[in-house]
Amino acid sequence: MAIDFLVHEAADGVGVAVVEGLSAGQEITGWVMKEDETITIKLISDIPIGHKVALQDYAEGDTVIKYNTDIGKVVASIKKGEHLHVHNVKTKRW
Amino acid sequence: MESKFMGYRRENGRVGVRNHVIILPLDDLSNSACEAVANNVKGTMAIPHPYGRLQFGEDLELHFRTLIGTGCNPNVAAVIVIGIEPIWTDRIVKGIAKTGKPVAGFAIEKNGDFNTICAASKQAKEYMHQVSEYQRVECDVSELWVSTKCGESDTTSGIATNPTVGNAYDKLYENGNTILFGETTELTGGEHLVLERCANDQVRKDFQFFFDRYAKLVDDNKTNDLSDSQPTKGNIEGGLTTIEEKALGNIQKIGTKAPVVGALEKAVEPTGPGLWFQDSSSAAAEQVTLCAASGFVVHFFPTGQGNIIGNPILPVIKLCSNPRTLRTMSEHFDVDVSGLLRRDLNMDQAGDMLLEMMLRTANGRMTAAEVLGHREFVLTKIYESA
Repeated sequence: MAIDFLVHEAADGVGVAVVEGLSAGQEITGWVMKEDETITIKLISDIPIGHKVALQDYAEGDTVIKYNTDIGKVVASIKKGEHLHVHNVKTKRW
Repeated sequence: MESKFMGYRRENGRVGVRNHVIILPLDDLSNSACEAVANNVKGTMAIPHPYGRLQFGEDLELHFRTLIGTGCNPNVAAVIVIGIEPIWTDRIVKGIAKTGKPVAGFAIEKNGDFNTICAASKQAKEYMHQVSEYQRVECDVSELWVSTKCGESDTTSGIATNPTVGNAYDKLYENGNTILFGETTELTGGEHLVLERCANDQVRKDFQFFFDRYAKLVDDNKTNDLSDSQPTKGNIEGGLTTIEEKALGNIQKIGTKAPVVGALEKAVEPTGPGLWFQDSSSAAAEQVTLCAASGFVVHFFPTGQGNIIGNPILPVIKLCSNPRTLRTMSEHFDVDVSGLLRRDLNMDQAGDMLLEMMLRTANGRMTAAEVLGHREFVLTKIYESA
């Protein structure tokens, strides 16, 4: 089956679009690389190639996990299937 | 992996993969004369840069280390040094002469550009004749010093392209090669993972020193999100959201097997095989210039959005997995690992593809950056001149 997005490991809350032109409303297929599992998710945003889709709902203040590691904090709530990027997630460092 | 390749054995025993005669300016004032010599003597290469006057302290020491290290690099067969005055020029010459390779210095004061260019061109011509007769000889692959840095990264870097370097690094480590990574600020968010890989307490202490020193620089000077420099505009366009996410992708390049055997100051050579950390900026040309000055002869450069960097003396092998980048700027890439994103390739195959390109490059294949004339030589400046 053709892969639309990749997830580093099952503990992660985000997937990465690896094809161009993913649009809101589409049901897309992802590969969880570490566990070698296939998952699907329904998009509620357009996701440009390389950008992330939330695999779960997030509330403001939540931590986003990728590579099974903290990659930053949620600054605006995010729905499963929504585009997750600099408009709703910020670094905890600088 | 093949165990042998054809390289240039230098006077000090190190092995190079190129046979350059470089015309190296001590300072900004001498760029013009160096470029004139390189124009007169075909096959030589001038390496202009903007610094070398009124530097002092550690900043000056780094300037000397970088220029001397560049001349000492085994990819360089012979060196002409030109400076405005003879004393610092001679310091560079003496530093390079320790390798045993041909090197001569020329100073412009009391001669002017014309006489300097004439004398230096005559010497450069002799060097060109001499080194053009050097033959490649069979060398062991483990003698290759390999460095890495990623640039204009995006999420495909962390998923596919950087882990490809990691896979190759695991194999090079097991083969006994000397391998290096740097980019101190771009480890932020993953520094604990590097600390876990350090071979002993001394290495941990040294790495922590360099990391804290850079973190203080950032803290002392930062504006909003490092003025949108970390992540860069290109990183964000490519889907990277935070420095932590960028760092975790970056760290994939060091693979999973090699302990970090030492943490080095900028432009300082490793003293043995294994995986080394070197403190550096995360700006591509600055880091790659430091790798060249530290004796590395082949460089792996994974990119997502398409950083196009090269170096005058260090062949930069560019790899990419982002299908849009590969489609829109294909002339810049040596290895296409986009099959990883389609599940057509596994990581072991991708790592082998990179190692095969490393051997072809070491045997003489020119990289995309070399063919396109990318010769970015950027000295790291620590602070203002006096």
